[in-house]
Amino acid sequence: MRRLVALLAGGIFGAGLLISGMTDTRKVQGWLDIFGDWDPTLAFVMGGAILPMAVAWQLTRGRRPAFAKAFPPPPEPRLGRQLVLGSTLFGMGWGLTGLCPGPAVASLSFGGTEGLVFAGALLLGMRLAPSARRRLDALPLPA
Amino acid sequence: MTETITPWLWGFAGGGLIGLAAATYLLLNGRIMGASGIVGGLVDGSARGDDATERWFFLAGLLGVPAVLAFLAGGADTHATSNLAVLAAGGLLVGLGTRIANGCTSGHGVCGISRLSLRGIVATVFYIGAGGLTVVLFRHLLGVI
Repeated sequence: MRRLVALLAGGIFGAGLLISGMTDTRKVQGWLDIFGDWDPTLAFVMGGAILPMAVAWQLTRGRRPAFAKAFPPPPEPRLGRQLVLGSTLFGMGWGLTGLCPGPAVASLSFGGTEGLVFAGALLLGMRLAPSARRRLDALPLPA
Repeated sequence: MTETITPWLWGFAGGGLIGLAAATYLLLNGRIMGASGIVGGLVDGSARGDDATERWFFLAGLLGVPAVLAFLAGGADTHATSNLAVLAAGGLLVGLGTRIANGCTSGHGVCGISRLSLRGIVATVFYIGAGGLTVVLFRHLLGVI
């Protein structure tokens, strides 16, 4: 049953990304480009996604998931250098290409060579991340 | 006017589906729907057995449904840059960054902000800030993208 739910959730997510225009890098880069011909679509997508999810978080209170033992624990209060530096690196790659992990997978069937090159590099980056993270932890920096 | 408003409506409707997908995954399977975490766990080997299989099913839906919809619509286009060096550098940065930060637009953005997680909000401020500066630098100052 969990597998069917995963397939369904992945499918709805993919449909949402395609319909909202988030698999179109022009829309994403158009939103990030405040000095160009600014495209507000991404804000509408975020708003549209956050609303049902806010309701879902309310529904988790005092309940259990249908096919699991427990809901995820509350987020750690600590921010830390990984969060800040990692998100900065992610934003740089996102700005350069207009692609993030969800749309990169959702557009694989029609994204051509460009999509495959991005996805290959994405997987390599993810493979290298644990050791990069350990090195970052070892650096004598605050937080 | 409708030409400018229609994409926003599609954006809001598609966003609603993204939120519905995340809500389904959370309420039924008890999981955070984060694309980078789902893929990353398979890549670095931290997800094994049933957990890994469940992730493959998720990815099959994520790849398959847009493939069918794009086919029915007569094709879709990412309009991605054809500069392969930019794509490779961007992919590497997104892969490294999202796994170091433990989340991307779906995990930190949609799932984090909707529970008012400080980590999700801070991550989103940093990736949008860095993304905006990168577009300004590489598009308007260097003319690369």
